[in-house]
Amino acid sequence: MNFLIINFFLISILLLTTFYIFKTTSLISIVALTGIFTLVCAAIYVNLDAVDVAFTEAAVGSGISTILMVMAVAKLPEGKKNQLLNLFPSIVLSVSIVIVLMLIIANLPLLGDPNAPIHLHVTPEYIKESKSIFHIPNVVTNILASYRGFDTLGETIVIFTAGLGVIVLLTSNTLNRKTKFKKKVKK
Amino acid sequence: MTDFLYFWNHFAFVILMVSGLFIIITSQNYIKKIVGLAIFQTSVFVFFVSLAKIIDGTAPILNSVNNVYSNPLPHVLILTAIVVGVATSALGLAIVLQIYKNYGSVEENEIKKEELKENS
Repeated sequence: MNFLIINFFLISILLLTTFYIFKTTSLISIVALTGIFTLVCAAIYVNLDAVDVAFTEAAVGSGISTILMVMAVAKLPEGKKNQLLNLFPSIVLSVSIVIVLMLIIANLPLLGDPNAPIHLHVTPEYIKESKSIFHIPNVVTNILASYRGFDTLGETIVIFTAGLGVIVLLTSNTLNRKTKFKKKVKK
Repeated sequence: MTDFLYFWNHFAFVILMVSGLFIIITSQNYIKKIVGLAIFQTSVFVFFVSLAKIIDGTAPILNSVNNVYSNPLPHVLILTAIVVGVATSALGLAIVLQIYKNYGSVEENEIKKEELKENS
């Protein structure tokens, strides 16, 4: 029961932070709020027993991501006043998505239900067998590195490609257009 | 009352997802659009992790005291997705810096205006 109440408060903080991200115009404040957002997410993951996910979120999501955003925002001008375009179509789209998703989540199993279909298949074998096969007590590590090792290999390829793309984009000067508003860039 | 607490995560998932989408569509600042994308992704992460929870379970690290563990499979999927999400936003930020170098602005409506003025 305690777990549910803590979960309720953390999720509410998450929703509040999202609202302020939507409202704020200053870019550096948005970056700081994003850091808060990811740290609250890490707390939620700990509360929901996902300690490995919380560790990664705190290190990668909250640390590296925030540093990258601060580095980018330092080179950019201050954000303009909030101008919301496409307001009507996006409200229609959002409301319709909310209705459809609410209909779907009404049929989902409740939070923490041990008889939900997700808990009945592959996972019991993973929990029962992995210790005797790989001799590592952490089941998440076993699945990540052994049962689903190819997934992780694909992930490293994705990160490598993204890093390559970032380097190419940041170092290339061939994309520069010779236009009159190039002068406005602050040195 | 307790039913409400049990459904709160699913409800928050819907609200977070839609607000991320809303920020992406309506905001004109590119940095804010990238933050909206991050919110969109995080909503899915929270949803997956809350599907994995079992009441009275513990973290899926085998020990001799407990024998109920939360489901480790969604945790693995989300571990992969978090790192890929950071790679996505790093690439997006690099593109935004390149756009700023070329156009002198990161507001979408201003860039569109300049494009129209230049083409006419």
